[in-house]
Amino acid sequence: MSKDIRIKKGLNIKLVGEAERSTSKAVLSNVYAINLQDFHGITPKMLVKQGAEVKAGEALFYNKEKEDMLFVSPVSGELVEIERGARRRILSLKILADKEQNYLEHAKLDVDKASATEIKTYLLKSGTWPFIKQRPYDVIADPNTTPKAIFVSGYVTAPLNADLDYVLQGKENELQAAITALGKLTPGKVHVSVGKSVDSPLARLNGIELHKVSGPHPAGLIGTQINKIDPINKGELVWTVSPQDLIIIGELLLTGKFNAERTIALVGSSVKTPKYYTTKIGTEISAFLYASGVNTENFRVINGDVLTGSKSSPEGHLGFYNNTVTAIPEGDDYEFFGWSKPIFNKISNTRALTFSWMQPNKKYDLTTNTNGEHRAFVLTGQYEQVFPLDIFPMQLLKACMVKDLDEMEQLGLYEVAPEDFSLTEFICVSKQPHQQIIREGLDLLQKEIG
Amino acid sequence: MGLKGKLHEIKQKYKGTKMAPAFNAIHTFLYAPDEVTRSGSHVRSADDLKRTMNTVIMAMVPVLIFSMFNTGYQHFSAINGFPENFAVMEHFLTWDNLWIGIIKVLPIVAVSYGVGLLVEFIFAVIKGHEVEEGYLVTGMLVPLIVPIDTPLWMLAVAIVFGVVIGKEVFGGTGMNILNPALTIRAFLFFAYPTWMSGDKVWVHGAVERAGGPDAISGETILGYLAQNKGSEMAYSISDMFFGFIPGSIGETPTFLILLGGLFLIFSKIASWRIMLSAVIGSLVMGLFFNQVVEWGWVAETSKFYGLMSFDFWKHLIVGGLAFGIVYMATDPVTGAQTNKGKWFYGFFIGFISVMIRVFNPAYPEGVFLAILLMNVFAPTIDHYIVRGNVKRRMNRLKNVTIIPSDTDSAAKELKAETV
Repeated sequence: MSKDIRIKKGLNIKLVGEAERSTSKAVLSNVYAINLQDFHGITPKMLVKQGAEVKAGEALFYNKEKEDMLFVSPVSGELVEIERGARRRILSLKILADKEQNYLEHAKLDVDKASATEIKTYLLKSGTWPFIKQRPYDVIADPNTTPKAIFVSGYVTAPLNADLDYVLQGKENELQAAITALGKLTPGKVHVSVGKSVDSPLARLNGIELHKVSGPHPAGLIGTQINKIDPINKGELVWTVSPQDLIIIGELLLTGKFNAERTIALVGSSVKTPKYYTTKIGTEISAFLYASGVNTENFRVINGDVLTGSKSSPEGHLGFYNNTVTAIPEGDDYEFFGWSKPIFNKISNTRALTFSWMQPNKKYDLTTNTNGEHRAFVLTGQYEQVFPLDIFPMQLLKACMVKDLDEMEQLGLYEVAPEDFSLTEFICVSKQPHQQIIREGLDLLQKEIG
Repeated sequence: MGLKGKLHEIKQKYKGTKMAPAFNAIHTFLYAPDEVTRSGSHVRSADDLKRTMNTVIMAMVPVLIFSMFNTGYQHFSAINGFPENFAVMEHFLTWDNLWIGIIKVLPIVAVSYGVGLLVEFIFAVIKGHEVEEGYLVTGMLVPLIVPIDTPLWMLAVAIVFGVVIGKEVFGGTGMNILNPALTIRAFLFFAYPTWMSGDKVWVHGAVERAGGPDAISGETILGYLAQNKGSEMAYSISDMFFGFIPGSIGETPTFLILLGGLFLIFSKIASWRIMLSAVIGSLVMGLFFNQVVEWGWVAETSKFYGLMSFDFWKHLIVGGLAFGIVYMATDPVTGAQTNKGKWFYGFFIGFISVMIRVFNPAYPEGVFLAILLMNVFAPTIDHYIVRGNVKRRMNRLKNVTIIPSDTDSAAKELKAETV
């Protein structure tokens, strides 16, 4: 049984540098790193000391608030560096990989027979729990809670994101094991969405509620789908997992090993031959970036897609949750009368002497230039054109800016994550930092109300 | 190293100093800045506030050019009588007409931008923020909505008042409650009423010749109607529609305003909801008054008769109604901000404009008062629309599924097994 979701409001951002459907094995990186900023709101407590030898899948640290939530090493090797920032906050952990990889082996778990507590314990001690995120607040799920439903989005609309239909091929067993296990953690349904063209292995899984989604970005964002399927109310919890993380969870359940391997898409106009690579979480980005080649000097590497990813560098490392690495040119240059001349080479949601509406299928080569300066909110009704949720986006943003907790609750902050505001941020004429405003609002709400 | 490099060096040198905002305003006018994204989305769309404001100005330029010719045309026609067999090229688009426009309209535009931007720059430097673009549109609106013979010093005083009290005290562009251009207009109207209304101010030269042997009339159509002298008017429907009539400098060419409005709707800058609903609102009110006349509720001698019996749809082609609807009611900052709210907001602007027009014969131009009134009510309208959304969300709470977190023992069990 499937329910169709059709999204009308939105905007597809078509960019140059889509990955071609071929996969290479990336060169093995010497050093792997776990970036602590990937785990929002987690205070780490180290379990191993600098210089210690760890196996792949062995715990490096745990969550100070939830001691049973472990975070593990993607590879076996020596913990060579604990990078610290201001007030000795841990920024990243670097592991020098062994030539021969040793895995920490857990006993296999028969997911069909296991109880919810057994599954939770298994995921927690194996380090796969952090793949499960919760809403509200868009943080790692609290293992002591039970969600009303679990959502998985297999429909990709974000610009240049890895094509899930392609990277999930042949992983049916892992996906099924993970879905079966997660299904036991909720009394509700496991909602899985796929695109209209049913080529995805996700569509063939058992024990799910399948949704066929169509429409422009942000139709593929999980927040949009939750809002249309079963919106979150105050006090409710839902969990979300990305399909590629399901593979890691599934493989763990089937083999007892935490295998950090994942197929990622290297994309963007600065990449000479954008394509897919199999590599591991935490790998140096240069390990595959230069294999594909870059065609500019001055470019930005993004862990993730251009709308929601985090800024990195060729020397940076693949993020814990990312399946896409984007490289686009930096836009740190002036443009003569850039505000008034007709524009043909940039995307716009308006037609104010911008002509992207004339070529809806053209692929654009956008830079990181802001195309204008930060201003107060002026225009109205623009965000609504690309924001399909039943929420007033500008009013919610303003409530977050003035830290009005009642308004934030009532206007629907529980339902959103920063990524849901990535598209409104893209089209914002006033160049307001929407995702940052929402993130700060969520943090405040969690702190005050919990 | 060209101009670009030199300007970049100056920018770096004066970064963080008091005068930096003033320099940046000029710099960003010449060059779109080299700023790159720092948080959130790494790419951004091509639009910024300057481009948005520029689009609105482009929609007003034809009106401004027309008004320069019309200023001369009205002036000479009032002296020599309207030409028979009017031909646009022969009688309207002439150098004589344009010259009057140049010497009368351009100084007003210059004062408007000069004084307004000066105030903006001073505030930007004092408050240490960038110069905001809101005044680019205000500065263009102001010359188009004042009478032609408005003394420049009056205009300057009003602009200082309007920008400071109407906008800057609230925090600048984006924060103001009242439309700054209309605040300026309202200040002029209440501070210098003799210069802003009556039958002398709408045609260049009428004021200075008043009482003399060569006195000319500067009466507007609405003025005639308010005095029940509609039959004395010599203007045809096409005169009204194309704007060959006296009035505030830029309010007359309904045709060009219509084109400007369509351009703004097409470019997705201004709200079609506000424009459409305001047109509907004014038609509804006009129809109602026509019906009142039909029923015979007002006597022909009544002072309201002239305007009440005026065909309902003609309200849109005389006076400032069309101009107000297209360029002023659609101001996103002071208008309703929700899409539903825009329907109510626009409707009442049209509705109240025609109502004031009819019931206030001493000053039959109610558009600016109607828009200012609705500016004040816009937040209230939005409040109720937003509450509707909140109420929907609260209703969902009735069938909320709250699952209690695991009991303590289960939590302990979890912990015992993992660590």
